[in-house]
Amino acid sequence: MDFTVQDLIATLLPGAVPAALGYALAAVAVAFAVLSFFVAPLAGVTSWLERRVWARMQSRVGPNRVGPQGILQWLADGVKNIQKEDIIPASADRKLFLLAPYVVFSGFLGAFVVIPFGSWLIPADLNIGILYLLAITSLVVVGILMAGWSSNNKWSLLGGMRSAAQIVSYEIPAGVAVLTVIFLSGTLSMQGIIKAQGWAPWDWFIFYNPFTLVAFFLFFTAALAEGNRTPFDIPEAESELVAGYVTEYSGMRFLFFFFAEWGNLYVIGAIAATLFLGGWQIPATIFGVTMAEHPLLKGVLEFAVFFVKAYFWAFVAMWVRGTLPRVRVDQLMAMCWKYMVPMSFICLFGTIVLLVIWPEGNTALTMATLAVSCLIVLYFMWRVVYQIMHSRPTLYLKPYV
Amino acid sequence: MSEDAAGTGLHTEDMTLNVGPQHPSTHGVLRFVVKTDGEVINEAIPDVGYLHRSIEKIGEKCTWHGYVPYTDRADYLAAMFANQGFCMAAERLGDVEVPPRGEYCRVIACELNRVASHLIAVGTFGQDIGAITPFLHALRERESINDLMEEICGARLTYNYLRIGGVGYDIKPETCARITAFLDHFEPIVDEYNRLLSYNKIFIERLANVAVISKEDALQYNLVGPNLRASGVQWDIRRDIPYSVYPELDFEVPVGRGERGTLGDSYDRYYVRIRELMESCKILRQCLDKMPDGPAVAKVARKFKPPAGETYVRIEAPRGDMGYYVVSDGSEYPYRVRIRTGSFTAMSIIDKISPGIMVADLIALIASLDVDAPEIDR
Repeated sequence: MDFTVQDLIATLLPGAVPAALGYALAAVAVAFAVLSFFVAPLAGVTSWLERRVWARMQSRVGPNRVGPQGILQWLADGVKNIQKEDIIPASADRKLFLLAPYVVFSGFLGAFVVIPFGSWLIPADLNIGILYLLAITSLVVVGILMAGWSSNNKWSLLGGMRSAAQIVSYEIPAGVAVLTVIFLSGTLSMQGIIKAQGWAPWDWFIFYNPFTLVAFFLFFTAALAEGNRTPFDIPEAESELVAGYVTEYSGMRFLFFFFAEWGNLYVIGAIAATLFLGGWQIPATIFGVTMAEHPLLKGVLEFAVFFVKAYFWAFVAMWVRGTLPRVRVDQLMAMCWKYMVPMSFICLFGTIVLLVIWPEGNTALTMATLAVSCLIVLYFMWRVVYQIMHSRPTLYLKPYV
Repeated sequence: MSEDAAGTGLHTEDMTLNVGPQHPSTHGVLRFVVKTDGEVINEAIPDVGYLHRSIEKIGEKCTWHGYVPYTDRADYLAAMFANQGFCMAAERLGDVEVPPRGEYCRVIACELNRVASHLIAVGTFGQDIGAITPFLHALRERESINDLMEEICGARLTYNYLRIGGVGYDIKPETCARITAFLDHFEPIVDEYNRLLSYNKIFIERLANVAVISKEDALQYNLVGPNLRASGVQWDIRRDIPYSVYPELDFEVPVGRGERGTLGDSYDRYYVRIRELMESCKILRQCLDKMPDGPAVAKVARKFKPPAGETYVRIEAPRGDMGYYVVSDGSEYPYRVRIRTGSFTAMSIIDKISPGIMVADLIALIASLDVDAPEIDR
């Protein structure tokens, strides 16, 4: 495309205004647009989806009043929370307390800069994309620690401490699992990683060899832990720490923490899809239609594929949350340092060794990995079906209800 | 209290945490003053009394019949048992014979109530460990029991079903059929809970070997009911000091086996309750089969005046041995009513078991003892 953002800004700006100010204004405008028209609905709809999925698993109904099937519930919640009083405890560290939700939120929002929604639909294809992603999401822990410390509440403090220990520890297996992919793709750019894969499952990095398969699950588990999701939701463990680091927050500030948490669900799924599951890759021709000739259709399909892949893992995270209890804090650390860190390094070195033996990959090994994974998935689905068949429907004893 | 464990010359202090009175896991208004070193507990002192409603004193101001609804409030999760304890005490003092059908109605109502109470115990246990889904599934089944109770006596929580001399309303045949339908529905569900929660690896890891109460400690600290049986003591009032029609029924007394860890750990206390659910279903089925015809309540004077004397009645409530000490001076009002409950004694052992465990384990310990704040304070 010849037409650039610079041209657009130049045409819109009056001549007297310096270009730097123009860029700054444009940055703010774009951030605002992205925030209100993409990220907010995304996080909001994810929150609605999670509540509905969860309710379904618990034989409840869930929010179904606002909009069709309650899909606008997040708007109602937002309006309610904006109206609420913003309480700042008298003994809190005022500045940090006010700042903390935005630090958490910007850590999460920054991740959207490098998420590739399609072959051209990416805010910025940085050449250090994945490194940037790992770095910017680490900002969340700073915000959580800030919130925990500045609230001047013992529950918040415990929650903040737990969170800091947890997120810092789980960065390591996540980082090493990501490194496995970087060795395969030879690039840090998100688009580069996707382009190194294909549309078919056997072209995805997850099935490249057995080590990458394990690395994927290590990454997903570590990502759940970094996102403070069940079974690793100990920083805000409701039954233990009341609400952890958000105990003292109310109104919109409280919402910002959860905004980030729900949005994070999608980010986890998006990173997993990008690194291991072929991202937005679609076949070059579908039913005889050459995709290169229909850029709009191609864009839509790519976006849809990416969205489905990302949301599938977000759904798995919801499923896990509806099923599993919570681990204890020492078990959490033991699991990370005793099992996940060594396993992630084994995966990394195993991949390196296989890369030395077969620099171009080994089709037989890939197919074998794919077959084994399919068998595991089939067994898992059979278990799911078994559980569903053996579950009992609700008993209605009162005919007049 | 300053110490210098690491020899760094830094001043360190224990942190005092107030768990409760408003806390999601204290199951009512209950407070623990916890001294912790980071996450590890050095001391946890239960502070009870927030829910004291003078139920025992009220007993002296009510007529014998009029006190029965108040006993419901002693333990609202197992109101039927609180009814039964007082009614049995009054019957013993006044020498009232309960007709056989009345006794069977009582046992059916009580065992249904035991299932409901244990469902709450098991469900909230899961919730305290972080699994919300089993809690809602348990409450769903309890809802069916509430419906049955509504049919039996018109109330869903505080039943006021038992009368001195029998029960308020006979259980109708169609209600019996519904109870059977519920049992057919419910018994397979226990397996579902086991698959969802009891055999979950994380759940077992969280509970096995945590907060172990030895047999000796359990006896010394006067634990009762499932908490005592989980420590390996086979003691059940229904079997060992039989009352009502329990001698005619065939049921097992489940004891802890330490199957996932040590005998008397939190998992044993959880799993004993799961097994008791099945035993209660067995008792219910037998009662429905054996139920004789006849009146459900004996004729008792409206102005019931038992002769002067005193009695102590023990029954097996879901939270263990529930005792009613009732003194009569021959008047229309009880002279003294005292209630002994299982939760109250269970609180005393928390102080002994908690040092060295983590904050998350304290929550598991409280949940595993199945304490119920209104029953502690009465």
